[in-house]
Amino acid sequence: MFRYLGERFISLTGYLGSVGVLLGEALVLSLIPPFRKKNLFEQMTKIGVESLPLVSLTSLFTGIVLALQSAYQMQKIGARIYISSLVALSITRELGPVLTALVVAGRMGAAVTAELGTMKVTEQIEALQTLAVNPIKYLVVPRFIAMMSMLPVLTVYADFVGILGGFIVGVGKLGIGKSLYMRMTFNTLGYKDVFTGLIKAFFFAIIIAVISCREGLDTEGGAEGVGRATTRAVVFSFILIIAADCLFTALFYFMFK
Amino acid sequence: MIEIINLCKSFGDKIVLENLNLKINTGETVVIIGRSGCGKSVLLKLIIGLLRPDAGEIIIDGEDITRLKGKELDRLRMKFGMLFQSSALFDSLTVKENVGFFFYEHGYTEKEKIEKRINECLNLVGLPGIEGFYPAQLSGGMKKRVALARAICMHPEIILYDEPTTGLDPITADAINNLIVELHDKIRVTALAVTHDMKSAFKIGDRIAMLYKGKIIASGTPQEIMEMNNPIVKQFIQGESEGVIAVEEGG
Repeated sequence: MFRYLGERFISLTGYLGSVGVLLGEALVLSLIPPFRKKNLFEQMTKIGVESLPLVSLTSLFTGIVLALQSAYQMQKIGARIYISSLVALSITRELGPVLTALVVAGRMGAAVTAELGTMKVTEQIEALQTLAVNPIKYLVVPRFIAMMSMLPVLTVYADFVGILGGFIVGVGKLGIGKSLYMRMTFNTLGYKDVFTGLIKAFFFAIIIAVISCREGLDTEGGAEGVGRATTRAVVFSFILIIAADCLFTALFYFMFK
Repeated sequence: MIEIINLCKSFGDKIVLENLNLKINTGETVVIIGRSGCGKSVLLKLIIGLLRPDAGEIIIDGEDITRLKGKELDRLRMKFGMLFQSSALFDSLTVKENVGFFFYEHGYTEKEKIEKRINECLNLVGLPGIEGFYPAQLSGGMKKRVALARAICMHPEIILYDEPTTGLDPITADAINNLIVELHDKIRVTALAVTHDMKSAFKIGDRIAMLYKGKIIASGTPQEIMEMNNPIVKQFIQGESEGVIAVEEGG
């Protein structure tokens, strides 16, 4: 059993090492020309613009559900008016960044792994190398930058839509006045709340990009291998996003006490 | 000239190449024959620096490619064109972008010249007018020919062919063979092909070498190979399942 645990530990360390190496290489290569703007904009569109419908739906429903669930409790103690503050804080500090990251990891992280994995098993990555093009510079860097720039933007958007969801319930169903609802929302929200959410989103973006690219580039074994790599990428991204969220929340809690 | 000296490569416990020696002269086409899984593709990938050997040297025009890294390796790789077994065309790019990939990615700006060269290459492989197609819209034979156009587009000094006719019907396979011979006659490149298609090997090779158990066990002109008394070579070129080479080996 110790041998098994030891082997697992060594393979985990090796994996984290290779993820760290890829992160370092991608960061260094992103500063060195040539800059492939066309590739970057293509990835930004895929990751950012094309994720908007899904992020909109998820955030809107989360805002609605959050308002309804808190109304259930708050009405009992006559504190209905605080629903707006509760929705705003929960969305910006926690649910906006985390749910957006999970949606993007499921949608784009999987797509990136499947695309790079297919390129790997069909020798396209080796073909790039034989044409004297660095696959990390050509494939990983644009996806990295696109993910790191688009996820925070999507998070801000998700924050707005989530608050809108709460607003619909608060104003439409619970009869709170429009201006009162908005005043309560923006009086409660501080820059700190939005920024801690954005810091989380930035790190979640790094997690999704590095894990999905690493899994894609390491794919072996044909179509089955691509399926396996995609599953691993999504599972690892989800676990790391939740773990990082826990860590950051604890960190911010003590930092901004 | 390519000179391979005492090349060794293993994957885990499996020894793939063991003290392999081979010399390919400038302008010569050498064909490596051998069973599936005997290390032919590994040899090509070692020559172009996609894999690192455990020991040995691969001297390309006086430089040992096994010791090069980064930009130095890329500089030497620019001498090569490679045709992959699976064609390895980039799915997300059109035929034109695939064939001219090298020029587009290495900052060549003269659009007209690039387009002229792309058209030349597509004409050479007999596929004019398909610049706007995506690889998914092409048949296997067409993909192979586009891949060949991509491999020759930047005027390489050395071309590596990995199973150029595998998976093609006999007529398309022969057309590919003719193209390789034509390229050889027209632009006098140094070429190394690996295949287990004997018809192809005899047609395109100036010299044929047989890889068996990690070593080159025989080498000669197609005529010499045909007349060779070595039982392994004889069994292989005649395609017999009974003999010195057991069916279970390799594969």
